[in-house]
Amino acid sequence: MVGDETQSPDLQPLLLLRKPIAFLLSSLSTHFHLLKPWESPLPLPAFLSTHATTVQALLITGLAPVTAAILDSLPSLGCIVTTSVGVDHIDLLECARRGVAVANAGSVFSDDAADYAVGLLIDVLRRISAADGYLRQGLWTLAGDYPLGSKLSGKRIGIIGLGSIGSRVAKRLQAFSCTISYNSLTMKPSVPYKFYPNVCDLASNSDALIVCCALTSKTHHIINKDVLSALGKQGIIINIGRGALVDEEDLIKCLMNADIKGAGLDVFKNEPLVPKELLSMNNVVLSSHSAVNTEENILDLYQLIIANFEAFFAGRPLISPVSA
Amino acid sequence: METLGVLLTFPMNPYLEEELDRRCNLFRLWESPPESRCEFLRAHAGSIRAVVGNATCGADADTIDALPKLEIISSFSVGLDKIDLEKCRQRGIRVTNTPDVLTEDTADLAIGLAIAVLRRIPQADRYVRSGSWKSKGDYKLTNKFSGKTVGIIGLGRIGMAVAKRAEAFDCPISYHSRSEKPGTNYKYYSTVVDLAANCQVLVVACALTPETRHIVNREVMDALGPKGVLINIGRGPHVDEAELVKALVEGRLGGAGIDVFEQEPHVPEELFDLENVVLLPHVGSGTVETRKAMADLVLGNLEAHCTNKPLLTPVI
Repeated sequence: MVGDETQSPDLQPLLLLRKPIAFLLSSLSTHFHLLKPWESPLPLPAFLSTHATTVQALLITGLAPVTAAILDSLPSLGCIVTTSVGVDHIDLLECARRGVAVANAGSVFSDDAADYAVGLLIDVLRRISAADGYLRQGLWTLAGDYPLGSKLSGKRIGIIGLGSIGSRVAKRLQAFSCTISYNSLTMKPSVPYKFYPNVCDLASNSDALIVCCALTSKTHHIINKDVLSALGKQGIIINIGRGALVDEEDLIKCLMNADIKGAGLDVFKNEPLVPKELLSMNNVVLSSHSAVNTEENILDLYQLIIANFEAFFAGRPLISPVSA
Repeated sequence: METLGVLLTFPMNPYLEEELDRRCNLFRLWESPPESRCEFLRAHAGSIRAVVGNATCGADADTIDALPKLEIISSFSVGLDKIDLEKCRQRGIRVTNTPDVLTEDTADLAIGLAIAVLRRIPQADRYVRSGSWKSKGDYKLTNKFSGKTVGIIGLGRIGMAVAKRAEAFDCPISYHSRSEKPGTNYKYYSTVVDLAANCQVLVVACALTPETRHIVNREVMDALGPKGVLINIGRGPHVDEAELVKALVEGRLGGAGIDVFEQEPHVPEELFDLENVVLLPHVGSGTVETRKAMADLVLGNLEAHCTNKPLLTPVI
């Protein structure tokens, strides 16, 4: 079934590429005539050329890629909204070339992402997940107390990317008496934290690095073996950005050689594949790209999606626009 | 200090034990099997002038009675619930503990536990390691921590440190204490039930005394409710553990992050299968940095006692 015939034909068509979570699917169908390629027997390119040539609005969920080829199949497209903050799955240059406006999730998820980064950091330092597992296996009675962790309060934190998420991470960790420094594309004169233009220098002066920046061609593998070596044997790395911000092979080697102390990783190079070397390490905490996945923000996200499309159809600027 | 006979009640810290062995006349209580503890104490009662205990094994009335030469108990903890303080007062025995040096670690852990429970961090970690991300997709939606109302039982050093951290997550702070504390903007509730009814994350951070035993009981847990989260970084007996298990299993309580239990190291096994709990083996002050600082404080107090200087952190 291509679209729901019981929906009002007056509703604007909205194309999705992947099936979204149930809440979004049911709520969006009250506002839009949804085009649902996953319900069609046609492969996606054929579906688009058959059903979507007049579609102006596209909602990207689940980080579905938007390539030049897809844009070619949507000649009437004017606006893309993605449910994510990151936009590395969208060819922004091609969108700009074709006059397609792009909006993301703005700062709807910034608090959640920052909470998760801090949660991962405390977990790695204090071994929360590992000790919880130890206890559940009955080892507290059999094998005694769990080995000691490391203190967080007062540590030096290096944040890579001081945007909406990075600045919230900084605010939280300041309350733990941590010293905050950062690396960013440009220095931010209004913040009280020390700026390091060089990531290795930031790493040398940090006990933990928290990667919060966007993935672009400039930030690909921004964390590599040089940075990890500068971070040192007591260092921790937390990545809630994108897998490709970190050279995963270098990271695994450093962890296996104990060249750094531990890692908290929410994102990986080839999700959902996680290198097997990580699966047996007890000084890493792993999660399934979950830094923003909370129930509370789904309503906020939904309202932002609607607001962006309403603005587009009314000829007004998008609420949370992204540029190339 | 070489002539100071010290009874160490538990192998709590290798550095502390080495230093006590090197600098004092050390007796290790655990080297005698439990059945012959009395004989062990009798045999060495003439020499033992100090006891170093911790949260697991302190100095109860029987132990104190068995040691007529006891002058000082230097606890490797801030909690004093394992020491018979009244007996110490009667006998004129000095007591010291380890305040301040462990405040930050304990508060850090409270926040770490709250985020871990609400965001299911250990569960997500196990999910990935078991291969479920590949076979079943992303881990399910979890619950936000930022902005949740945090209620603190006990606004002492640790409670205040928890509040300061939670405020950075835009959490409104409320508390219950024996009396209202001037100079804070936090909302005071005169009963724990009222506090629990009006917060979403309830943190136990008070001292364990006969009055605060089971301060978190069934009524409090029901008031906290099916979306509420209990965090215990105090002592196991602060919480009615049997009721806690029931409340979690029955869904009357939303979740729990528990670092301390009534009969450590025993933890009710009904909790092991629950996804909405995080269970830790009493690691509140369990970092290399803090345990060294605690050990140095214990040693410093004993040294001060032996050289007739003011004790560093006296309780009695």
